[in-house]
Amino acid sequence: MKAQKKFAVGSLIIIATLIGLAYVGYTQSKTYYHTIKELATLSPAALHQRMRVSGVVENGSIKHVPGQIDFVLTEEGKSMPVNYVGADPLPDTFKDGAQALVEGKLMSDGTFRAELVQAKCASKYQASPVAPNTKTTQIRPAEVQPGQASPEPKGS
Amino acid sequence: MDILGSFALLLALIVAAYAFFAGIAGIITRRALLKKSALNAGMAVFFLVTIAVAVLEFFFFTNNYSLAYVAEHSNRALPAFYKFAALWAGQEGSLLWWSWLLSAYAFCVLFLNRKKHPELMPYVGVVIAGVQIFFLTLNNFVANAFNVLAAPAASGAMNVVALSDGRGLTPLLQYPEMVIHPPMLYLGYTGFTIPFAFALAALLGRYPGEKWIHITRRWTMIAWMFQTIGIILGAHWAYNMLGWGGYWEWDPVENASLLPWITATAFLHSVMMQEKRGMMKIWNVWLVFTTFMLCILGTLLTRSGAVNSVHAFAQSSIGGWFVSFLAIILVVCLLAYWKNKDYLRSDNQLDSMISRESSFLFNNLILLAACFAVLWGTLFPVISEWVQGTKVSVGAAFFDSVNVPIALFLLFLTGVGPLLAWRKTSTDALKRNFAWPAGIGLVAGAVAFTLGFRDFYALMCLMLGVFVVLTILLEFFRGARVIASRESTNMLTAVGSLTMRNTRRYGGYIVHLGMVMVFIGIAGQAFNKDVRAELKIGQSLRIGPYTILCQNFDQPGNDNYQSQRATLEVLRNGKSEMMLFPERRFFPASGETETIVANRSTPLWDLYVVYAGQSPQDGNPVIQAHLNPLVKWIWFGGIVVVIGTLLALLPNRRASIVLAPVREKAWDGTIVEAATHKVAAVSTRGAGDD
Repeated sequence: MKAQKKFAVGSLIIIATLIGLAYVGYTQSKTYYHTIKELATLSPAALHQRMRVSGVVENGSIKHVPGQIDFVLTEEGKSMPVNYVGADPLPDTFKDGAQALVEGKLMSDGTFRAELVQAKCASKYQASPVAPNTKTTQIRPAEVQPGQASPEPKGS
Repeated sequence: MDILGSFALLLALIVAAYAFFAGIAGIITRRALLKKSALNAGMAVFFLVTIAVAVLEFFFFTNNYSLAYVAEHSNRALPAFYKFAALWAGQEGSLLWWSWLLSAYAFCVLFLNRKKHPELMPYVGVVIAGVQIFFLTLNNFVANAFNVLAAPAASGAMNVVALSDGRGLTPLLQYPEMVIHPPMLYLGYTGFTIPFAFALAALLGRYPGEKWIHITRRWTMIAWMFQTIGIILGAHWAYNMLGWGGYWEWDPVENASLLPWITATAFLHSVMMQEKRGMMKIWNVWLVFTTFMLCILGTLLTRSGAVNSVHAFAQSSIGGWFVSFLAIILVVCLLAYWKNKDYLRSDNQLDSMISRESSFLFNNLILLAACFAVLWGTLFPVISEWVQGTKVSVGAAFFDSVNVPIALFLLFLTGVGPLLAWRKTSTDALKRNFAWPAGIGLVAGAVAFTLGFRDFYALMCLMLGVFVVLTILLEFFRGARVIASRESTNMLTAVGSLTMRNTRRYGGYIVHLGMVMVFIGIAGQAFNKDVRAELKIGQSLRIGPYTILCQNFDQPGNDNYQSQRATLEVLRNGKSEMMLFPERRFFPASGETETIVANRSTPLWDLYVVYAGQSPQDGNPVIQAHLNPLVKWIWFGGIVVVIGTLLALLPNRRASIVLAPVREKAWDGTIVEAATHKVAAVSTRGAGDD
């Protein structure tokens, strides 16, 4: 067999193995993202997959119950009750009005059982209304509206 | 002052545009003066962008908060060290920083080659100017760092105002490494523009000969080295600052920095096929193109915050610009390739499976597979949304299951490849070079197995690591022995002189040694332990050989932050070994929290302790302890890689003719070998005088 053919066969074996490994890794780690709005339209099978849902923590909805923390996530006018049952302490950024991302499963009663909660700061930084090509940033007197601060978004 | 900055930036754009169009006109009309003027304009951009950067830094250092960017990213109390770094803390500044680094690279390239390659350099200048036009357009019109703060006066007219103090730098960036890490990574990203410019220029100008490939290779090595430093520092920063006990989590931003690194690594290997055998020309040109495009993609992912969050690909003005730029580059590359593909015809074909060529081919194949897998996984949420309408993300399991076997295969090739002969290797040579290292590697694996190490991948990594290190040491030993006997010096001097005579070869070996150390460190992950416990004062937790006893909790604080801190005593065999003070700081000004990890690092393992917060149930402090074996090897390995790269960049002290007998002994000294060696000697000399 010519060297080039041998190389082609070897490459095919390697690629096939890697695709197989990739598929296994994919099925182990895939996570679905859904918006709260979408949840109502999902098929029953899709409803019981592990998923991530994001939203804003409704003001005053955080309740510490023994063994879990309950709160309500809202997005685009829809809301979803969440029970957080994870062992990790909630991040300090988790508070009323914060952007939160929950990971877990949707129960049949419509509450979300979350094992993981991530939260982003309640938008201290808001996008500044800079009109393109104007060299000014409009601000209210004595108060800045700073632009998006973007530290290297490393880790979670 | 801000007018000076904006004006310098605008002028830089105009001058870059001149360099671009005058360069093209010069190439078409063949007027030497026009070409020269275009190249001079390319150098002038550097001075103009430097003025802009200096003005911005002047605002930071003089606490002048009339610029929006300065007010957002600095305050009076910020130490000077970080005021310098605040330059690249936000989008506008980091894009300006990109432009500055690029213009600095461009200046070096144009200046160093001002009297060389008169046919090639005008094309190079045009390509570089094209890239500069894009970034300077962003600097001027899309994300201008010189926007001033203004407020409407009573009459309704806008007045410029200055704030008395700025909003400060985000605490996550107030860490010494963050002053070095972004510039290093950016030096990598921007640096890949230069090989791209040379490759595209050579293709467009159908530049005869292989000279350009040597220049491209050297500049790729420089950018690759900075990219390596940037990636390792980023991992180190994440490990020490984010407090989750790991250094790499396949975050899109991390992946973005890895992608061009992988393709550049592939190029640095396959380029040897072109230099010595005239093969893989198309492949090499596309590797260089791809590396540059992945850099732009990386900057896009980093800067637009795309993919990263649930709100992936939110409308961001900057994203559209980068996507358009990527599309333009792709079209230009495709056109240049399509018009000139006969220029890239291969001189030779693969002769045997057991040859240097085939080891490079496999090396490239799996590096590209790794790159594709990482890219696919990173963009998967976007792809799945297009295809299925549902956003699906993949996690570490996906990346690990593909990349760990790839990494091990690469490790294997690292040991085997450099010792295989070009064209074909005899069975005899195989035995001579590999019998001992392979045997000892297997023994090491067997010993580890009987000692109770059972993780398959970690065992493989150990065996391959031992094998590779031994093959490399054997190479140094064989070469040094000849020199030592000829020049009657001791072995240590001989090793030094051997390395300096063929820096490229032996520097490369040192890079390989460093990579083995990094791989060993990563393999240590297989034995990570972690324990999480709620601790009241007087309670303790056990991890590995250590007992961690909680002595106290307190809440120290100052104007800048409020802290929660644990005082922990670490005991081993009942004896007190050390005190650790993990801490969690809350910064009221920015509303952000920072984890101060208490990490006791030794070559064997890191005892990494985090104050994880308070238990959601009863408010007790939660302590998380990690015992991470061998992490330090990754950082040391990184240093070794950089040292090796620097060595490989040095010119050879003398032509490597002395090595000929060694090589004949190491390989089978056929005529083929001798011929290849002559080529090698010529090309190393050629590479030395770039």
